[in-house]
Amino acid sequence: MINVLAGLFLVAGVCFFAAGSIGLLRLPELHSRLHALTKADNLGLGLIAIGVALTLGSAVITLKLFLIWLLVLMASAASANLIASHALQQSGPAEHTDQPESQP
Amino acid sequence: MSIFLLITTLVLVLTLLAGLYRAAIGPSLEDRLTSVLLLGTGGVALLFILAAVTGSSALIDVALVLALLAAVASAAMTRQEQGHD
Repeated sequence: MINVLAGLFLVAGVCFFAAGSIGLLRLPELHSRLHALTKADNLGLGLIAIGVALTLGSAVITLKLFLIWLLVLMASAASANLIASHALQQSGPAEHTDQPESQP
Repeated sequence: MSIFLLITTLVLVLTLLAGLYRAAIGPSLEDRLTSVLLLGTGGVALLFILAAVTGSSALIDVALVLALLAAVASAAMTRQEQGHD
């Protein structure tokens, strides 16, 4: 029973992680790729952490997994901010190059 | 259960290949730094699942070190070109 629940969390986490990585491939610009990385991938990591915590089943390890997930959240947010501000200084504000604005 | 976890690991490794593609294609430095970020987060996820497969909790400490290194790497690369310290 616990194993089935942990398996569901793991599958969901890997699906979100794959969605974030496909976003990294397919999105047209740097800033949207940063969105895909910092939101979808960290959510997938959190679901994987829940699945692993259910599999291993120790209280100390669950606390450690949760704290590492928080650290990865904050580190990827800070890294994304640094990358975006570096891109801003290099090439100026991003312009809308692809889509026309006449779509309602 | 172990077979299922190993299949999950394989799918994650295939997902991380997307980061390598972005590192090869990406037209600027910042695009390549996003692949560093993806490999960091993906490596942490991979190490979590491997800790569940082998049952040893030492791999979780390795995941902690990898997360810190990925953050420091992207911070160092963005600071380098500004000429500040």
